[in-house]
Amino acid sequence: MSEQTTQGTAGVPTASEAPTPSGPPDGRETSGIRRLLSGSVGRNLGLVVALLLLVIVGAITAPDTFLSVSNTLTILRQASILGVVAVGMTLVITAGGIDLSVGSVLGLASVVATLAVIQDLADQIHWIVMIVIALLVGVAAGLINGIVIAYGKVVAFMATLAMLIAARGLAETLAERRTLQVKDRDFVRFINLDILGVDMLIWIFAVVAVIGWILLNRTTFGRRTVAIGGNREAARLAGINVKRHTMWLYAISGLCAGIGAVMILGRTTAGTSTHGQLLELDAIAAVVVGGTLLVGGRGTIMGTVLGVLIFTTLTNVFVQNNLNSSIQAVVKGVIIVVAVLLQQRFAKPTGRAT
Amino acid sequence: MIKDDHGSALLDVRGVTKSFAGVQALKGVDLQVLPGEVHCILGQNGAGKSTLIKTLAGVHRPDEGEISWLGQPVEIPTPEAAIELGIATMYQELDVVDGLTVAENIFLGHELARGGFTKRSEAARRATELLTRLGHGSLSPHTEVGQLSAANKQIVSMARALSHDIKLIIMDEPSAVLDGEEVRNLFHVVRELTAEGIAVVYITHRLEEIRQIGDRITVLKDGRSMASGLPVADTPTPELIRLMTGRSVENVFPPAVPVPADAPVVLEVEDLSVAGLFEDVSFSVRAGEIVGLAGLVGSGRSEILETIYGARRATAGSVRVGGNELRRGSVVAAVRAGIGLSPEERKSQGLVLDEPIYVNVTLSSMSRFAKAGFLDERAERKAAREQIEALDLRPADPDREAITLSGGNQQKILLARWLVHGTRVLLLDEPTRGVDVGARAEIYALIRRLAAEGNAIVVVSSEIEEVLGLADTVLVIAEGRVLDTRPASQIDEHGVLDLVMKGNAA
Repeated sequence: MSEQTTQGTAGVPTASEAPTPSGPPDGRETSGIRRLLSGSVGRNLGLVVALLLLVIVGAITAPDTFLSVSNTLTILRQASILGVVAVGMTLVITAGGIDLSVGSVLGLASVVATLAVIQDLADQIHWIVMIVIALLVGVAAGLINGIVIAYGKVVAFMATLAMLIAARGLAETLAERRTLQVKDRDFVRFINLDILGVDMLIWIFAVVAVIGWILLNRTTFGRRTVAIGGNREAARLAGINVKRHTMWLYAISGLCAGIGAVMILGRTTAGTSTHGQLLELDAIAAVVVGGTLLVGGRGTIMGTVLGVLIFTTLTNVFVQNNLNSSIQAVVKGVIIVVAVLLQQRFAKPTGRAT
Repeated sequence: MIKDDHGSALLDVRGVTKSFAGVQALKGVDLQVLPGEVHCILGQNGAGKSTLIKTLAGVHRPDEGEISWLGQPVEIPTPEAAIELGIATMYQELDVVDGLTVAENIFLGHELARGGFTKRSEAARRATELLTRLGHGSLSPHTEVGQLSAANKQIVSMARALSHDIKLIIMDEPSAVLDGEEVRNLFHVVRELTAEGIAVVYITHRLEEIRQIGDRITVLKDGRSMASGLPVADTPTPELIRLMTGRSVENVFPPAVPVPADAPVVLEVEDLSVAGLFEDVSFSVRAGEIVGLAGLVGSGRSEILETIYGARRATAGSVRVGGNELRRGSVVAAVRAGIGLSPEERKSQGLVLDEPIYVNVTLSSMSRFAKAGFLDERAERKAAREQIEALDLRPADPDREAITLSGGNQQKILLARWLVHGTRVLLLDEPTRGVDVGARAEIYALIRRLAAEGNAIVVVSSEIEEVLGLADTVLVIAEGRVLDTRPASQIDEHGVLDLVMKGNAA
């Protein structure tokens, strides 16, 4: 309360006479807890419950293996590549866009990176170069998407669909439909490194998720992303450079696909044009199930991570029980619809009534 | 024509309440509508008008209270049920489908068809009949609705209502998107309807419209009906304002403060043109001066503001702020130079509605609240809180989402945005649209104060009176041309209209 009376802007003489009742003082004290409940934690509660249910089902149906440390790490490892791509996708969708090209771009990046190193120069090129190439391919593809969408005014769905098709084709052409082996043992060792008992892949996922969270929630970049997704015209008229921002968003999504390519190269020790097929759909599903609005304006990295974990754990439960993967697809579909239905019921305005 | 016998009421609403998530929107509303009358509902934003309408239209169900229709208690669980009873609603955001033709829109949902095939010629014929009934028989039923003006879209929406057998039409601020001539036309249509015995519930902010068209008035305040069924003829305006606001309003426009002779010119617009919209617009604004652009809808007023702001690209001419010419078609450059725009459509162009007040306030000056890209939300909230205090913005909670605020308070958010950013030039497009009478005076005083603090201000409004009351200097605009520039004290509303009419005739 005190700081309000001391502010001097345009001194309206009401400061002394009216200590507005029901005003900020108590509101501010409780707002921390309230914000926590109506904020990320509260909104993700349903997802946490869903994940726990899956874990319980897993623990009951495969009691010997499911809850082991090694199986948990397996789930996280399998979640990692999808997770990294989904973090980039979250940013794009929060701004009201969509990136259908991530899977293809990941495949292309894996092919280009291995091609560069597979040439006879392989021995002289450090494996870092391969990583850099993969990331650059991702960023370049993302930038092309972004430029076509922001400056060419092509609908994101079409622009990235075109990239999906073209990048896959380019990857096939370059690879001549071969699988390109990664011979560099140091690289493979690096990607499969074990730090504090946890795989490098999982660390990468964690770091990308944390950076994504900070970017979205703590920076001007994230705020602008939300504003553009929430009301593009208002953001433009507020003086935000919407086009440039949009371009960078797709570049970031491309970068995430590039990181995904590096990860998949390390795991499979091979680059092929088929890497990342249909990955874009899994990523979008995880993002939306996580609670990010497909129309933009609201995004949650935490939700995306949970969404990715839910899908990966589901796969794991099915594998542990030797169940048909087609049935698994059906269950996935049901989960997506139920999650979106629940979101529409409960994630609506009721949240911050006061 | 008007009977006081409530027994014969078409619609009788008693003690209706409705709350959403603990917030009580309606706290007890009474409303009796008689056949063939125009019943006006008056109330500030947030008074509960929309909730009441939606309750009658079958969108919301009341928590308590009774609704009787033709003497029988009824429930209106769905919009279809409302139409079944004979209640049609024309919302502010017109619910026509732009991609369909006039006839298709009119019969949307109850297409004339046999075996799934639409009967196009019969639909066209009946559409024309309905349009003729509304005095718009010249509208072709085959025109795509997207090509129609807002006024004609309203007519289509009304024809759709008439295509059902209705006894009551609810119109939610139908005049908000219309200019003077179109409003007169609308009133004509309303009179035709009432002559047929159809009742009209008319919601508006504009007191003068109630005088022209209304039979009786119900005033809402804070979700309660303060007075129900007041006869228009016998109720003086100050009484209505008192009922609406709970206080009396005088001296709506603050006194003009003479601009000091040595005040520097801040904004210079020279021969500004956008091909096809307006041409050769020149004027300058000094620090502390308010310049008003007066003209009818479609005269190019808003387009001029948007072009100064860089939201449209000028095809000729220049804009200078403090002597420096701005890059054409760049909002970013305009904002950097210290221009702020409060756009015409606050909700769709101004605010990120789902975000809290403080986010909207700092939207243009975010980087100042960030170190190396990291936002300091405490500083943002503090800045927002300061503006909330200074502008008396309510509710005084920086975390409240913008969508929950009234029109006047949303306008204050936009002003706060530019105050935080620190502007030298403020462009205000329809600063009081959707702002109720009580809050208008406050907005006017605020605009005056911003001028006194050294801002150069340009105001556009479809209400000529507002331009004249606020501005020091007035530019009269018609068909994209400046017809006259003179001190506001030397011209009145008739003078402006006179010029505009002559200009259009020439």
